[in-house]
Amino acid sequence: MPTVSVKRDLLFQALGRTYTDEEFDELCFEFGLELDEITSEKQIISKEQGNVKAEGASDVVLYKVDVPANRYDLLCLEGLARGLQVFKERIKAPVYKRVMPKGEIQKLIITEETAKVRPFAVAAVLRNIKFTKDRYDSFIELQEKLHQNICRKRALVAIGTHDLDTLSGPFTFTAKRPSDIKFKPLNKTKEYTACELMNIYKTDNHLKHYLHIIENKPLYPVIYDSNGVVLSMPPIINGNHSKITVNTRNIFIECTGTDFTKAKIVLDIIVTMFSEYCENQFTVEAAEVVSPNGKSSTFPELAYRKEMVRADLINKKVGIRESPANLAKLLTRMCLKSEVIGDGNQIEVEIPPTRADVIHACDIVEDAAIAYGYNNIQMTLPKTYTIANQFPLNKLTELLRLDMAAAGFTEALTFALCSQEDIADKLGLDISETKAVHISNPKTAEFQVARTTLLPGLLKTIAANRKMPLPLKLFEISDIVVKDSSKDVGAKNYRHLCAVYYNKNPGFEIIHGLLDRIMQLLDVPPSEEKGGYVIKASTGSAFFPGRCAEIFARGQSIGKLGVLHPDVITKFELTMPCSSLEINIEPFL
Amino acid sequence: MADNPVLELLLRRLEAADGGLDSAELATQLGVEHQVVVGAVKSLQALGEVIEAELRSTKCWELTTEGEEIAREGSHEARVFRSIPLEGLVQSELMRLPSGKVGFSKAMSNKWIRVDKNTADGPRVFQVVDSIEDEVQRRLQLVQAGQAEKLAEKERNELRKRKLLTEVTLKTYWVSKGKAFSTSISKQEAELSPEMISSGSWRDRPFKPYNFSARGVLPDSGHLHPLLKVRSQFRQIFLEMGFTEMPTDNFIESSFWNFDALFQPQQHPARDQHDTFFLKDPAEALQLPMDYVQRVKRTHSQGGYGSQGYKYTWKLEEARKNVLRTHTTAASARTLYCLAQKKPFTPAKYFSIDRVFRNETLDATHLAEFHQIEGVIADRGLTLGYLLGVLREFFTKLGITQLRFKPAYNPYTEPSMEVFSYHQGLKKWVEVGNSGVFRPEMLLPMGLPENVSVIAWGLSLERPTMIKYGINNIRELVGHKVNLQMVYDSPVCRLDTEPRSPQTQEAA
Repeated sequence: MPTVSVKRDLLFQALGRTYTDEEFDELCFEFGLELDEITSEKQIISKEQGNVKAEGASDVVLYKVDVPANRYDLLCLEGLARGLQVFKERIKAPVYKRVMPKGEIQKLIITEETAKVRPFAVAAVLRNIKFTKDRYDSFIELQEKLHQNICRKRALVAIGTHDLDTLSGPFTFTAKRPSDIKFKPLNKTKEYTACELMNIYKTDNHLKHYLHIIENKPLYPVIYDSNGVVLSMPPIINGNHSKITVNTRNIFIECTGTDFTKAKIVLDIIVTMFSEYCENQFTVEAAEVVSPNGKSSTFPELAYRKEMVRADLINKKVGIRESPANLAKLLTRMCLKSEVIGDGNQIEVEIPPTRADVIHACDIVEDAAIAYGYNNIQMTLPKTYTIANQFPLNKLTELLRLDMAAAGFTEALTFALCSQEDIADKLGLDISETKAVHISNPKTAEFQVARTTLLPGLLKTIAANRKMPLPLKLFEISDIVVKDSSKDVGAKNYRHLCAVYYNKNPGFEIIHGLLDRIMQLLDVPPSEEKGGYVIKASTGSAFFPGRCAEIFARGQSIGKLGVLHPDVITKFELTMPCSSLEINIEPFL
Repeated sequence: MADNPVLELLLRRLEAADGGLDSAELATQLGVEHQVVVGAVKSLQALGEVIEAELRSTKCWELTTEGEEIAREGSHEARVFRSIPLEGLVQSELMRLPSGKVGFSKAMSNKWIRVDKNTADGPRVFQVVDSIEDEVQRRLQLVQAGQAEKLAEKERNELRKRKLLTEVTLKTYWVSKGKAFSTSISKQEAELSPEMISSGSWRDRPFKPYNFSARGVLPDSGHLHPLLKVRSQFRQIFLEMGFTEMPTDNFIESSFWNFDALFQPQQHPARDQHDTFFLKDPAEALQLPMDYVQRVKRTHSQGGYGSQGYKYTWKLEEARKNVLRTHTTAASARTLYCLAQKKPFTPAKYFSIDRVFRNETLDATHLAEFHQIEGVIADRGLTLGYLLGVLREFFTKLGITQLRFKPAYNPYTEPSMEVFSYHQGLKKWVEVGNSGVFRPEMLLPMGLPENVSVIAWGLSLERPTMIKYGINNIRELVGHKVNLQMVYDSPVCRLDTEPRSPQTQEAA
């Protein structure tokens, strides 16, 4: 969930009133936001770098507000204030207009070389904008928030904003060999080739995260103006030439990317948020984008979409009984301008360009419910009549757990993920013999594989509890995972029961006795016959030679029991003899 | 009722005594062995606070066996003197008497007898005085009577040299009344025995009181794991509410079921390598329900079912990628898909509690694997009000009654609500669960009828368990670093009662 940091007093100014922290928290909660933290720049620096560094930093109170991940229109102070003001019916939602320029329209021409690296681009112009330091900061911060969220760390979309007065169109969005791109990037004093820049930014804490997006491509995307000035090399860096400042009046915005829909949304969000500061408020100057195939489109789209929703549908989905007029009013408070039309039960809802999250009637229903107040909805119990059933495997597990504890064994709960070493080397096996499922992106060795046996977890539990009085008698009934090509995903869980006895003596007879008890509980008699169980001398890499038996029940091998091999004991950092038992309980379902 | 008369006498004397009495003196007074009195003192002590007995050690003089004989029968010299008749006794005959040798020389030096060597039948012994005072006997009798202090030091030493007296250390008790003094006590039995039961003697026997402030002996037993005790309770609650358990025994899931089927777009951050464990082997799902996959693909990329869709290029290879399931909702999707294939539609209530996996940064409250609790209801005409009502009933069973609901965002539910409860310890509202109505874009491609709504909610199993059992570090609860002593000591789990101690822990 993105967190937006805004200056409290600026926010209150925009809201036209002040709130206590509690009141504002309450308002956030109702609207679906969360006032996460109240802090200041000074406090933040002091927390992260110590009091000395914080000296002289601003004391201005900051509100950190958690915003739902799909509400890009609330990612800056302007949007937050607007959303809350409309919600509280203090203002009407603005109508965002795209206008044609008086003179020539700004053009962005896409060449076909971009196709393999970053095929899409959209653009717009904010004309006669008036920044202040705070507005400028908010403008930069919004781009950063969009980059981190909807733009997926610039992989899907990257934003470039430029001082239009330093440039001259038409602009060309093309792709070139890195060595052929040379320009002075943002905040640098000299020119570098793209190759040099990629090297320089490898150590840049901020930019290094974006390099991988184009690093291995033969051609890098780049935007030029008609004089060959580089506007930007998306998604890495803008040129220094067209850098915007607090004094910039005319802004050219380009969004390039691999996801056309998202690029359009991002552009719409930026211009709807900041056209507030244009001479003609909420008015955006169009720009033309020409595709490689010569097709020309005008942006920003700023599309208003009309949806028809029946009032009774909203009432039925939420569980309220509001008149269509009231529902329309509720929706209007959520920036969804609505009116009752037709037979008086139809509500026409206008989805503004800021609300790209509304893609289905259910999104409209939710907004009606939020405006009504979740906590005002009458609680009722569904009449759904059903008979409950337990999942048979879990039912058997629950029953066995209780009786295992009654037999004097204590239940452990160990991780399903572990290292290859745990399930192979330490048990004297080669990993290829385990049929284990392998994880491709573990952060540490603890998460290399899914366990194929419960034994390592129990032995590690004993190792972590060596201070406890002996004997230690542990068990676990849980799932292991092995590859299985008969399953749709190619792997299958098996419910295993594992028990260990750890003491000064191996206690094989105790583990054997436990097996007898388990079989008694499962109503399986000791017998060579098909319905019975029997143990037969066997071998196993984890067991001491001559002290291992295979368990057969219901006509199949279900596991092994025995005294653990001293090497196994040592590898798990244990010092005492130990016997164990592990069976698959699924044949007893 | 005392079967020991000394014990009873001791108590009587003690009752009359001013302050206390000495066990040795009492023995003398009662004319019994000191050991008998000591026995009585010890059995009274065992009864608790009837008497107080302080052990004292004193030095005293005691007669040797020879000394006792002399005290009884007179000194050897006296016996020699008495054995001589008027006409005298032949010396050789006198020497054959038991006390002859020692008594003769002593009596001679006392000048009680004389020897006439001129008689015909050899030397003959005659009495010299009419009567004698047997001083040795008298002194020994004094010692015997406990009055050794009446003898002079010199006299005692002389007797000691003659091996008639020895000095001994005497352990005696100074006995005084205890807090629970009473003369009417009797010996108490420690335990009921089979003999007492068969003979019926228990009716007449007093029994020694138990010390109820002592700790008992814990039974040898096995123990259930606290987290799984809580899991059992949650299962119980769902079963009480008529929910059927979903199969969740598949940790490996395809991205299709884990994400795509839930209308979670392929560029969603949750599908990032940083959040989800992907599999190297088996890297891809072998089979997918292709008809359904096509509907899901269309809904994502173009919309449909009344939706605009996400309008992006949906890729089958992304859907095939195997993952360790990141939520149990993947299993819910499979279950709902099965439900959708059954015609006609029948309403259903489902639940599951099982492990999920996240490739997250680990800390004191986050592990790479944890348990999710999920409840799902599918029926015609379910409203948000019904979801609120079910949540109220569910959380009431957990002992949580103060609830409120915050609008939230979930890719696969709309409307979505976070559930908050007021935490008495923290004095603030904390999130206790997430809930919502599944999106039509998820349900309709499955084939569920259009008027069927599915409401669902979820929470983690670990957090309520940590709160319930007052555990701050999740590693002490889950995994091999568990504190077994904590497992041994943990109480039963009753979710609708107050936790043992108020929690100070932040919402996870």
